[in-house]
Amino acid sequence: MTTVTISQAPRRAVTRLGNLRWLVSDIAVLARRSLARIAREPETLMDVTIQPILFVLLFAYVFGGAIALPGGGSYHEYLIGGMLAMGLAATAPGTAVALVTDMSSGLIDRFRSLPTARSAVLAGRTISDLVTQVIGTAVVAGVGLAIGWRIHSSLADAAVAFGLALLFGYAFTWLGACLGMVLRSPEAAQQMGFVLFLPLTFVSNAFVPTQAMPGWLQPIAEWNPMSALAAASRHLFGNPNPAASVQAWPMQHPELAVIGWSVVLLMVFAPLAVHLYRRKAR
Amino acid sequence: MGEIPAIETERLTKSFGPTRALSGLDLTVPRGGILGLLGPNGAGKTTAVRVLATLLRPDAGHARVLGADVVRQAGEVRRRIGLTGQYAALDDYLTGRANLIMIGQLARLSRAQARRRAEELLARFDLSEAAGRAVKTYSGGMRRRLDLAASLIGNPEVLFLDEPTTGLDPRSRAVMWEIIRELAAEGTTLLLTTQYLDEADQLASQVAVIDTGRVIAEGTPDQLKAKVGEDRIVVQLAPGPELAAAAAVVRAQTTGPVDADSERRLITAQMPAREGITTDIVRALDVAGVRVSNVTLRRPSLDDVFLILTGHRPAAPPSAPGDGDAGQEADNAQQGGTAA
Repeated sequence: MTTVTISQAPRRAVTRLGNLRWLVSDIAVLARRSLARIAREPETLMDVTIQPILFVLLFAYVFGGAIALPGGGSYHEYLIGGMLAMGLAATAPGTAVALVTDMSSGLIDRFRSLPTARSAVLAGRTISDLVTQVIGTAVVAGVGLAIGWRIHSSLADAAVAFGLALLFGYAFTWLGACLGMVLRSPEAAQQMGFVLFLPLTFVSNAFVPTQAMPGWLQPIAEWNPMSALAAASRHLFGNPNPAASVQAWPMQHPELAVIGWSVVLLMVFAPLAVHLYRRKAR
Repeated sequence: MGEIPAIETERLTKSFGPTRALSGLDLTVPRGGILGLLGPNGAGKTTAVRVLATLLRPDAGHARVLGADVVRQAGEVRRRIGLTGQYAALDDYLTGRANLIMIGQLARLSRAQARRRAEELLARFDLSEAAGRAVKTYSGGMRRRLDLAASLIGNPEVLFLDEPTTGLDPRSRAVMWEIIRELAAEGTTLLLTTQYLDEADQLASQVAVIDTGRVIAEGTPDQLKAKVGEDRIVVQLAPGPELAAAAAVVRAQTTGPVDADSERRLITAQMPAREGITTDIVRALDVAGVRVSNVTLRRPSLDDVFLILTGHRPAAPPSAPGDGDAGQEADNAQQGGTAA
């Protein structure tokens, strides 16, 4: 209230700095809110905990025996790079569902009627989903270790692999955020997530080397960002990586491809999600 | 500062596709007191509140809250208002206390301030005991109280309440009314929307009746009631052909309009305040040999307000986006009507 008496120019400068502080605070408050729910109901983490464990067991012991790796190597070790990519992509529908739910419950209207920073709702959500992804990644690594997956490279390389995976995962949540802004019901968000996520995961080298796919499908799978992420992880962990013998650029430079895809996803979907969020006011 | 009204709208217009939700809404609400925005479902009440609370941009016209424009100075408006929508906007999975602290922090309180204020409000709204439970375990009345507490956490100067008692049982409704009166007594300006004439009557110092997105009548509840007139007497005729005769008998006893519904065999008459008029009507009908199966008296309903102010009964609710859940509102809209 006292600021009313201060002249306009300094006040604006002060509030701009203040705004940044509030933005950080708002994001933290909203991210903590989403994480508090996980703490109260850990079963909401099933899609990043139980689901990857089931997929690892399914591919390691049911399908895996029938999949031959060009160049040889352990399928169990091959599997984990793909599983990591799948686990990260699997959280994007969750981002969409959570946002649609908040939207339809009126909670987002409440946030918008408060002096809360406009972008904090989406940023808080994607950051809490990043925490979920860290948990999911740890689960995949843990179950991997249990079935015989090992890191054969340096700790630094492994750290880069996890870092790249989470960078991609975070970028991918913004696609989920866009879906959350466009779709009207949590059910639709869930189904749309599934429809996008299934081909994205399976038309890639996540579980099967692209060499085994028909010729027309190979370029699609090779340029699929999931393939780049799986190949980069395998390369950095020192796991069997048949993609190394594929001539496509992303397979030859999987780390760069992951960074490129992440930047593109962030540059396209983060501003789009914020734009769509703001458009709700019209 | 005293001259700046709490709420001011000028020719406010808002359409959703082909549906016109607001068509030139003009409102002025002085500081302090309660404005009741009264209207049927689909009249534009919720749209008006959403524009004033900076959630919707108007197509044309202006709206100011405490002198700040809701479009150009939205941030300023948000710092000074509170909003309670038709449905409790809370995180079901957080505790009541955690909800209030979160909203307090988002309303620019420090964590310590938010905690202190949350405890105050929980105690005030009789929620201290349930404060540690997840909101999804709360009853409807508790959710509404917590929702109201949430909208108060930042000490707003102007509070918007969109149908604060829709769907509540009579006891919870009375509790909400009590709280609303207290808030007004403390100097908060309240704008509350309602479909119930009695709610506006009980709470509001000023009432604006809106229909099809425009104000069609304004005044104190007493002024409005004077327009609506007195109680209604409703005569249900026994089976037989004497409707016209009965209507003539009733018309002879009252000065207000008499409505004869041949299909349902109902005669509805507006009655001047006069001792013994019910007895007179029953006696006159008996003398005329009209057989009656039921006579009831009822207070003027929102339907009557509309019948008198607009000459038509409220239209069937259009499903305007942003104007709430038509299903639930339609159910409630039936209340207050006659043997409909």
